[in-house]
Amino acid sequence: MTDSGTAVFLSELGRALPAIGEGLLVTLEATALGAALALLVAFALGLASRSRLLVVRGAARAVVEFLRGTSLYVQLFWLFFALPMLGFRLDPMACGVLAFGLNYGAYGAEVVRGAIAAVPAAQTEAAIALGMGPVLRLRRVVLPQAYALMVPPFKNLLIQLLKATPLLSLVTVADLTFRIDQLRSATGGTAAAYLLLLLLYFALAALLGAGMNALERRAKARLGVVSGPGGRGGPRAVRAVPRAGRAGGGA
Amino acid sequence: MPSDHVPGAEKVRFDRVTKRFGDQTVLDGLDLTVAPGERVTLIGPSGSGKTTILRLLMTLERVTDGVVHVDGEPFSHMPSGPGGALVPADERHLAPRRRRIGMVFQQFNLFPHMSVLANVVEAPRHVLGLDGDEAAARARDLLGLVGLADKEDAHPTRLSGGQQQRVAIARALAMRPELLLLDEVTSALDPELVAEVLDVLRDVADSTDITMLCVTHEMGFARDISDRILMFDGGRVLESGPPERLLDAPEHERTQAFVRSIT
Repeated sequence: MTDSGTAVFLSELGRALPAIGEGLLVTLEATALGAALALLVAFALGLASRSRLLVVRGAARAVVEFLRGTSLYVQLFWLFFALPMLGFRLDPMACGVLAFGLNYGAYGAEVVRGAIAAVPAAQTEAAIALGMGPVLRLRRVVLPQAYALMVPPFKNLLIQLLKATPLLSLVTVADLTFRIDQLRSATGGTAAAYLLLLLLYFALAALLGAGMNALERRAKARLGVVSGPGGRGGPRAVRAVPRAGRAGGGA
Repeated sequence: MPSDHVPGAEKVRFDRVTKRFGDQTVLDGLDLTVAPGERVTLIGPSGSGKTTILRLLMTLERVTDGVVHVDGEPFSHMPSGPGGALVPADERHLAPRRRRIGMVFQQFNLFPHMSVLANVVEAPRHVLGLDGDEAAARARDLLGLVGLADKEDAHPTRLSGGQQQRVAIARALAMRPELLLLDEVTSALDPELVAEVLDVLRDVADSTDITMLCVTHEMGFARDISDRILMFDGGRVLESGPPERLLDAPEHERTQAFVRSIT
């Protein structure tokens, strides 16, 4: 970029700042709503896929496989372009939130299912021995322990969800990518605009990651596991008691 | 034993109970009666089905064949239909009956996401529906009984194995069980921690009339608390009798060899 090109870009950037700020808010809104829906879907499908009833389990598995096996891009386009032809017109943002929630919810369902399965069976047995019924066992014993195992994979999914939100700009939502793209068109500063965009997403991802790391530390502290995120405090360290013959848990 | 079985005076009765895991038969048509307040210790080589008996009573396993009775009524099964034929028990049948039974595990199995006090409070509070203060008072009494009154805020993983097991005993007692199952409760402990746990259990045995079924390799303890010791082998009771007789003058060669090997 020439000096005059830089000057043009910077002055256009200054003028576009409010719009970029709005785009940033839209991106954050889509991420937050998408993640909230994904969390609901993840627990619903994750718990259903552990049901004792074959029909419930089978249906949950089928939905998860379908949602994971079809592209998020195509799902979003289907909601935005195909659904109106069937008589349902959703607001573009709603299409995005729905697509993110279903797609990442399906991945999250696997996280929920796996985390619950990773809580030692002995914990459930101890709860049974105390007369706790299935709902109480899940709510008071299994989920609180599974939660600590869910946070790290949920962190990854949340950051992936954030990075998927630029798809919104393809269905007319004025998100961060959309606004920066406008800046690029206005200035011709393609390299600078997209570099800015990279840095903004990187900063957002870092912020979300830091928040999730704090949640992870808190969850582990409650289980009596002292180890930072990314440390060796994986599933094995969560076990309260090292099992004989399977020694060497992470703690 | 079926021969000395008095109706109405039984806490537990196994009626021809068979348990198979795959093609492995762990219990083979077992008959067993435990009287109210009786302390019975099960000994025998590993894999002889002792722990399975406890797990069947705690409903952690289901019988393959036969019926387990508790308090004179079917426990593993329930009457169904006009004929009252016995069918495997459902959760509704088991839930109220299971509350009268407590179990202490080899690996303690304390809840790692709760403090020591919360571990003991949990079931009285949420299963029996006691209010918070009442449940906490009951829990503190029991933590005092097991000598851990000063550890109520501690995290379970910060305690020694012996302390964890004592919390587990307090946790089981907090439900005021009529039948207490002790599954090799000192087997996972370092040798120097065994005594503190057994002392607590001796106290419990001396100060309550809880029926106790105990699987252990601690013969001194078994001798102290047991009314009767059963020697298991191959899913059946090989012989049974009061501790002095069974430990000091066993009839069967296998019992002699087993007792010699662990004392």
